[in-house]
Amino acid sequence: MDIEVAKTLAMAIVVGLGVIGPGIGLGLLVGKALEAIGRNPEAAPLIQTTMYVGIAVTDVLAIFAVVIGFIIKFT
Amino acid sequence: MESGLHISLAAERVGSLFGLPITNTVVTSWLVIVFLLLGAIIVGGRLKLLPGKIQNAVEMLFEYLFGHVEQTLGSEKLAKRYFPLIATIFVFILTANMLDFLPIFGTFTLVEGGEHVPLFHAVSTDLNTTLALAIISFVAIELSGIFTLGVLKYGSKFVNVHGGAMGFIVGLLELIGNLARLVSFSFRLFGAIFAGEVLLMVIGSFVPLLLPVPLMAFEMFIGLLQAGIFAILTLAFIKIAIAEPHTSTSSAQVAAH
Repeated sequence: MDIEVAKTLAMAIVVGLGVIGPGIGLGLLVGKALEAIGRNPEAAPLIQTTMYVGIAVTDVLAIFAVVIGFIIKFT
Repeated sequence: MESGLHISLAAERVGSLFGLPITNTVVTSWLVIVFLLLGAIIVGGRLKLLPGKIQNAVEMLFEYLFGHVEQTLGSEKLAKRYFPLIATIFVFILTANMLDFLPIFGTFTLVEGGEHVPLFHAVSTDLNTTLALAIISFVAIELSGIFTLGVLKYGSKFVNVHGGAMGFIVGLLELIGNLARLVSFSFRLFGAIFAGEVLLMVIGSFVPLLLPVPLMAFEMFIGLLQAGIFAILTLAFIKIAIAEPHTSTSSAQVAAH
C-alpha cells in the first residue's frame, strides 16, 4: 500500500472509531442532565454548569482522536 | 495538501529576533495583547460614577464572571484572590478566538523563499500557545494547593500512606490525573480551534458561497465555549486543589463504596 493512501485511511479510521465512544457518552450525559432538569427545574443553572464541565471532559476524547488523525495525516 | 488546501500543523516562521524564530502565531498573540491593552486603556481610562454604555457592558461582563467565581469557590475572599487569573485566561482566549474571524487572517502574506507565508495565524492553532496556557494554569492550580494547605498536607493527597494499599493506588491515580491535565488542557483548545479552521477551509473549497457563514457563527460559539471551558476547568481544579484532603477513615469509606 502506498504510504499516502495508508495515511489517509488511517486518519479516517482513527477519527471514525474515535468519536464513537464520546458520542455515546455525550448522549448519555446530556440526556441525564435534561432528565434531572425536568425533575427539578430550579436546579437548572447548577446542573447546566456541571453538565458543561462533563461535556468538556468527554469532548476532549473525540478531540484527541481528531488531533492524532491530523498528526498522522500531515506529518 | 495536494489539492491546494493550505493546512499546516505547525506555525510558520515569519522572521527572527536575536536568533529566536518568530512565528506568525506569535505575531498574532501580540496583536491580541495590543487589542486588549487598547481596550483596557480606552475603557479603564475614563471611569465614571455614572457609567456610559461601554463601561456598563464591560462591568456587566466582569460582574457576571465574578459572581460565577464567587459562587463556585464559596467565599468572596477566595474569589478576589483567584478572579484575576481566571478572568485573564478567559478574556485572552476569548479575544484570540474572536480575532480569528477578522479578514486580515490569511490575506496578508510575507514572501519567504518563493513561498507565501500568512502574517497572521489563529493563536489557538499553535500547540505551543495552548501548552503555555496549560502550564500557567497547571502551575497556578498546584501552587494554590501548596500555599493553602502546605506542602505535606497537599502532598498527602498524592502519596497516601494511611489508607492502605487501596488509598496508595488512589493517590497515585490522582497524581497521574493531575499530570494528564497538561495534555487535556492544551489538546482540547488546540484540537477544537484547529479542527474548526480545517472544517471551514474544506467547506470553503466545496461550497464557497453562503454555507460557510452559519458554520463560522458556529465556530465563534465554539471559540466562546472553549474559552469558558478553559477558565471554568481551571477554577474547578483550583477548588479541588485547595479543598482539605480526606482523612484516613473517609478515604477508606470512599474506597469501599
